[in-house]
Amino acid sequence: MISIIKYNAGNIRSVAFTLERLNVSYVITDNPEDIRKADKVIFPGVGEANTTMNYLKDRKLDLLIKELKQPVLGICLGMQLLCACSEENDTPCIGIFDEPVKRFQPKKNEKVPHMGWNSLTPTQSWMDTSLTDQFVYFVHSYYVPVNAYTSAITEYTQPFSAAMRKDNFFAVQFHPEKSAEAGEKILSLFLNQV
Amino acid sequence: MLTKRIIPCLDIKDGRTVKGINFVNIRDAGDPVELGATYAQQGADELVFLDITATTDNRKTFVSLVKEIARHVNIPFTVGGGISSVADVEPLLEAGADKVSINSAAVRNPQLIDELARAFGSQFVVLAIDARKIFNQWTVHTHGGSRPTDKKLFTWAREGQQRGAGEILFTSMDHDGTKQGFAIDPLAKLHELLSIPVIASGGAGYREHFTQAFTLGKADAALAASLFHFGELSIPDLKSYLKNNGIPIRI
Repeated sequence: MISIIKYNAGNIRSVAFTLERLNVSYVITDNPEDIRKADKVIFPGVGEANTTMNYLKDRKLDLLIKELKQPVLGICLGMQLLCACSEENDTPCIGIFDEPVKRFQPKKNEKVPHMGWNSLTPTQSWMDTSLTDQFVYFVHSYYVPVNAYTSAITEYTQPFSAAMRKDNFFAVQFHPEKSAEAGEKILSLFLNQV
Repeated sequence: MLTKRIIPCLDIKDGRTVKGINFVNIRDAGDPVELGATYAQQGADELVFLDITATTDNRKTFVSLVKEIARHVNIPFTVGGGISSVADVEPLLEAGADKVSINSAAVRNPQLIDELARAFGSQFVVLAIDARKIFNQWTVHTHGGSRPTDKKLFTWAREGQQRGAGEILFTSMDHDGTKQGFAIDPLAKLHELLSIPVIASGGAGYREHFTQAFTLGKADAALAASLFHFGELSIPDLKSYLKNNGIPIRI
């Protein structure tokens, strides 16, 4: 069974619908037991870092997530919250990835938020090479610089981490649930291959 | 590379797409869910669904429709029409909409932009602006373009950005329906003035118009309705044309 962590994230419904389209059964839950015993856990995220971290802390979900042993997939803000800290209202985060989350600086032809379809360059095996130059959908104003855990790179104002992995923790900055067939493929990789 | 977005817009009345959609290979062109899923399959980058009746009675129909769209469509979509409060938006987001567009209500009450951005984040808030040139001034209109206001396009777009809008959807009423091309000059000026993305709308008739909107107009996305609905231009044809002409496009 897949558990989608239930909290105040904006894209839970869309993630759930995508799993339905993939014929994968899931529960949306904030029950620690259900999350702990799931085969895999999805940690979605759309919103503001500080408010969301406070919400997680109030329910001790931050500690629970940190201790999970099964494969966990953080999506968008979910990925950023798995990092050490975010420049978005100077928020200390969960700290799986010992990396900072920074704000994009807009350039003349590169506006912020980074919004729309951009291409992937996989650098680590879970993002397999068939995903090279595939387009996925991004909406974000903060990014994680390229680091030792980066598994796919996308360029916007500079190269940044489109996907990361550390041990059982996987993360994507884009929205696989909104990225048409490419997104469904990436979710399938997480659900079936890792 | 970040690509330019092609966005079909569907008008919804009583849970159905509005008359006149003439689409090849579709069972029920009146069904917004099927039409939306077809566009997604063809390579549309986003969709916009506008509830053109937007009365209280129809609200529930629209919310359940949004849920069905979210269930079946695997690309982002914006919903709009008659949104005037945070309370109007909550059920739409809960149903799975990715963004909402606001128009007349924001002109009447600009604070609405701040409230929506604070409650849901800027990326959820698309400020739609309908404008027409009157005595050399791009004048903002509301109520489907029927009422002129004292707001001017460029100052209003800037104010919208400052208040927290995440995108501007600019429709030139002078170009809408003409098939003579998008309003290039004001688009280019919006690009100069703003640091948020701009969606061009109104006037698309030929593939070349999209190239112009992206190169000369510097638009981040372009929206069209009847052109796609009547099968005058297919999304795969448009996108491969644009790609061959050096526009960054997702194929």
